[in-house]
This record gives sequence, structure tokens and C-alpha cells, in this order.
Amino acid sequence: MRTILPFGPQHPVLPEPIHLKLVVEDEKVVEALPNLGYVHRGLEKLTDIRDYNQMVNIVERVCGICSCIHSLNYCEAMEEMLKIEVPQRAHFLRVMWGEIHRIHSHLLWLGLFADGFGFESLFMQFWRIRERAMDLMEATAGNRVVISTNIVGGVRKDITPDMKTWILSEIDKTETEVRALEKTILEDYTVKQRCCGKGVLTKEQAHMLGAVGPMLRGSGWAQDARQTGYAAYGQLDFEPVVEYDGDSYARSKVRFREVYASCDLVRQALAKMPEGEISTKVKGKPEGEVWRRVEQPRGELYYYLKGNGSKNLDRVRIRTPTFANIPPLLAMLPGCELADVPVIVLSIDPCISCTER
Amino acid sequence: MFEMTKNVLQNLMGKSSTRLYPFTKRETFERFRGTLDINVDECIFCGTCAKKCPSQCIEVDIKGRTWTCDSFACVYCSNCVEACPVQCMFMTPVTKPPAGEKDVIFYKGKPKEPKEKKAKAAKE
Repeated sequence: MRTILPFGPQHPVLPEPIHLKLVVEDEKVVEALPNLGYVHRGLEKLTDIRDYNQMVNIVERVCGICSCIHSLNYCEAMEEMLKIEVPQRAHFLRVMWGEIHRIHSHLLWLGLFADGFGFESLFMQFWRIRERAMDLMEATAGNRVVISTNIVGGVRKDITPDMKTWILSEIDKTETEVRALEKTILEDYTVKQRCCGKGVLTKEQAHMLGAVGPMLRGSGWAQDARQTGYAAYGQLDFEPVVEYDGDSYARSKVRFREVYASCDLVRQALAKMPEGEISTKVKGKPEGEVWRRVEQPRGELYYYLKGNGSKNLDRVRIRTPTFANIPPLLAMLPGCELADVPVIVLSIDPCISCTER
Repeated sequence: MFEMTKNVLQNLMGKSSTRLYPFTKRETFERFRGTLDINVDECIFCGTCAKKCPSQCIEVDIKGRTWTCDSFACVYCSNCVEACPVQCMFMTPVTKPPAGEKDVIFYKGKPKEPKEKKAKAAKE
């Protein structure tokens, strides 16, 4: 017998409001229909009344967890439009903050994921480690989550040599603490039972449905926007993390191993950081159109900006990674058990306020 | 299965990771943007801060020489502090205490001193 079950908008495992209508046959999900629009805030329309410098603070508020990378993308696109050369040090500082942000986002997700299948102790462990990344951001940039450090033309704050050594020691501590949890999340019986083979996205499906980020890399595609070499990534050694199984377990593995990759990138960025200015003066008004993509913790982020020669932009179009990951989610859900739905939905790392802006 | 045992024992024996919040407070970092304030005696009421603010929480009245900030609308980005031409604004690393009602920071500056030439002319 077919029944329609509502999943969300408020659900114990969902941090954000998405509503899924699940058509179930006994305990098996047959079809899933999404319903979005609970947290639409009209941030793109604000371009009409806020100038392009104020928009940096507004695009940061699209999503709290990856705010720094949103503003990085916006600023880079704006600099391309205004034809500004940003100092090299600013590029490296942007990479440093972006990667600290990625560590914090991945640890947050790993904690939530553990909580999603009922492993609350592991959730607490991850969030305790995450506190180090938050402290790093507060001490260097001035806030814990929405750090407002990128501006058009560079960055706002510089780091002192004392801070540099402290950041390196904290990053080392984070890595050792995360490594201590490696066996627990990757080899534990309970975790494997709950994640292995759940929500399988094949390599062809991932490509065809346009999955991005850890979804795509968990299905065997070695594609990462950081390879394009934006900011200072072109000058650092970087290889995308790839897994081949395509299930929830592979996706959590990708995110887990990306924490190590981010720690490594922070170290490289600090080692190769040149001395000098951190920002340039911005002149002129934006005219023309430009698009840019960067890699967020959740996947690829696209920005399209159109300027008309005044201080207000004509158009800001943002495509966030979760928006791209919803079609693959709907392809993964049919055929799974009802009890696995929370794990599968969490495995895409849903950020609904990103999707709706 | 026994991977967590070491961690569990550490947690049992070691120091607590959390604080008893209202009694022990965490020290904030030097750069933390906690509270916005202004030294109104130095302010020239040019209104740059109000123009730069992304949440438009600051209102400056040049004629009445008043400076108002809706601190609940403020997003603590410190755009105003950096844009201020006389650097009379600052952010202190102290978190705002919880409030029961809407809090508006209001300052009234001193009346504008007449310029030297005008003052001389007035004397004569």
C-alpha cells in the first residue's frame, strides 16, 4: 500500500528546513518530492539598494558556515570586473582563512552526521575539535563564524608572526585530534552498518545529474574547483580527495580526508606567504559582466555579476552547491528504507538557506 | 570498538571541555569585534559611517549633531570603524550582554564651534 509521509521541514536530524514528500510502500521509499522556499530572504535583490562594497557583507550572510568563501568568490569576481591587481599576500591570507573555514565546516558536518545516526558521543568529539578552528578565526579575523575579512581589493587584517606560529600549532593539534577519531568513524561497526551501501550514486548518475563537491568526488570523479588555481591555489600543491563507492560512507570519507588536505593547505599557505601589502585601493565603478566559480566545503559555487557603471550592481546570481546536489538526492532516495532517509539526506550536507538565499 | 576507550577515559579523568557559563566566562581575543561605540566628542558628524553600513543601523543628524545606532540591527562588520575619517569609532572585545528590550545607542554631540574667521568677525 502506498502512503505519503512528510519528512521535514522541522525534523530532529535536519539542521535546516527542507520538506520532502516521501511516497512509501510499506517501509520502502518509492518516490521523493522536494518542497523548498521556507527561508527565502531575497538577498540577490538587495543589489538595488546596497552598493558593491556593502554587498560583500550581504553575500557573506547567504550561508554562515561557508561565509568566508562566499565573500572570496564575490570579491574575486568584483576585482576581475574592476580590473584590480590584488597583492599576493592577500591571496595567501584568503586561502588560509578559506581552508580554516573548510575545516570548521567539515567538522561541523561530521558531527551532525554522527548525530544523525545516533552516535552522540562522536558528535561531541568532532564539535570539540571544531572549537579550535573557531578560536583561530576569532583571534585572527575578529569573529567566530561570519568573519567579514575579505573586501574588494584585498583583505582587512594581517597576521603577525606570533599568530603564525600559534596557527601552525593549533592546526597540528587539530590534525592529531582528528586522526585519533579516524578509526572510530571509518572502521566502526555501527557506522559501517548505517552508512555502507546507503544512498548509492553511481559514477554515471553523478555526472549526468550534475553533482558537485564531495558528492561528485565520492562517486569517483577527481574534480575540484580548487584545481583551477583561483586565489593562491595555483601556487600550492593540491590534489582532490577521491573515493569510488558512491554511498554515504564514501562521502563521509571524502569529507573526513579533506580535513587533512585543508590542514596541509593552511601550512603550505603560511609557509609560502610573501611579505607586503594586504590590500589595494579600489577605484572606478563596475561595468560589464563576469562569472566565477570556487570550491566551497559542500561543492562548487558559481557567481554571476553584472554591473551597469553605477555603484549598484545590476544583477547578482548565485548558484550554491546544495542547489546542484538536490537532483542527485532525489535520485538516491527511491529504493531505500525509510529509516535510512535521514542518513542519506544528511550525506549531501544540505544547506537550505544557501539554496534559497 | 575499543578505539574510543582511551578517549572516554581521558574525558572522564581530564578537565571538562565546557565552562560553567555565567560563573566562568571565556576571555575574548584582542581582535574580537564585540561592541560598537563612538567617542562622540571627536565626531565631526560627516555621516560616512551611516553611508558605509551594510545593515543601515546608524543614523547621523548633521544639523542636530546626534549619532544613533540600533545595536540590534548592527552586524558587527566594522566597516564604519574603518571608514571613519577622524577615527573616533572603535570596537571593544566585549560581548554585548543579553537585553530584555530594544537597545539604541544615542549620543548628542557638542554644538559646532564657530570657525576662527567667523569668531573674529563676531568679536569685531
